[in-house]
Amino acid sequence: MQEQPSVSETTPSPLVTALQHEHPEWIGEVIYAFGETTIIVPREHLVAACSFLKTWPEGHFNFLADICGADRGVEEEPRFEVNYHLFSTTKYHRVRLKVLLNEEDTHVPSVTGVWKTANWHERETFDMFGVIFDGHPDLRRILLPDDWQGHALRKDFPLRGYEPYSLK
Amino acid sequence: MGLENVIAEALPEVLTTRLDSLINWARKSSLWPATFGLACCAIEMMNATTSRNDLARFGAEVFRASPRQADVMIVSGRVSRKMAPVLRRIYDQMPEPKWVISMGACATSGGVFDNYAIVQGVDKIVPVDVYIPGCPPRPEMLIHAVMMLQDKVMKESVRDRRDIPEEEAREAVVPGTLPVTDGSTARQNTLPESRPYTIASRHERRRSS
Repeated sequence: MQEQPSVSETTPSPLVTALQHEHPEWIGEVIYAFGETTIIVPREHLVAACSFLKTWPEGHFNFLADICGADRGVEEEPRFEVNYHLFSTTKYHRVRLKVLLNEEDTHVPSVTGVWKTANWHERETFDMFGVIFDGHPDLRRILLPDDWQGHALRKDFPLRGYEPYSLK
Repeated sequence: MGLENVIAEALPEVLTTRLDSLINWARKSSLWPATFGLACCAIEMMNATTSRNDLARFGAEVFRASPRQADVMIVSGRVSRKMAPVLRRIYDQMPEPKWVISMGACATSGGVFDNYAIVQGVDKIVPVDVYIPGCPPRPEMLIHAVMMLQDKVMKESVRDRRDIPEEEAREAVVPGTLPVTDGSTARQNTLPESRPYTIASRHERRRSS
């Protein structure tokens, strides 16, 4: 496998520079850490940015490696984040898109229309964090039982769960 | 001294015994476990049937893939909340008489997994006859548990276990018919009054009364 292009922690990668040139409104903030690039994308531009990154000849991010949610903590604002890990199987580079969400409004547009694999990843993120993906074809729980209450990986979820499943 | 001596003298080819002893002896000599591996304990359970340990010496080596043909359920490993209705359904599908061995710390008490995802002891779902400690228990311990179960079978009476299938069928709530979220919104579900997958079996009701 080809070596990944080295990314300095201070200078922006050529990819981000080119993207910033084409669509500056998509890029809220760019974070460089540990040789990884993270772009914070405003929620309303997420699907446009994803479909562009997939077909863009310079990026060609044809593989959605993972979607994961994160709860930063009950008192944090914004509280939730959804991370999209993109990879290109032709250019061997990666980028991470990050969407930040408030606790009151955990809606994100679904990217199942861009990558089909997003289906189950989004179901898992919904199951564990309660993030609702608008436009998802089948947003059901995937890991926990269907009659579960709450979302298990939220920071305020009790470790032993709620009745009747705690069965104490 | 009694009737059996009279019979033994008059008919030397006839052996008299108690019906319970005969039936229990037949039952304990061919315990058929259900193939039901849940976690790492299942590896030790499989090992118990290999040539080195040879569970066949005690007549319990025929692991059946169908619960209809099994009479021992070896719960080998941690039971997740989502697996619990499935486990209970397999137990309900086993014909009486049936017994349960809870193998290992996780099946017995939840083990180190004291969290929302794991049932804290399989005895909350099915009645357990023999518990095995260990993480995981060695195959020798499983064989010992099978022998303990055989001793227990010998103490039972055929009159204790009698199927009333109509009664169970009337009370049973089929697992898997729980309310399903439509998923479009994160709405709060109305919880059922009781735990839906706990259908008291015939001898469970007898034990609690």
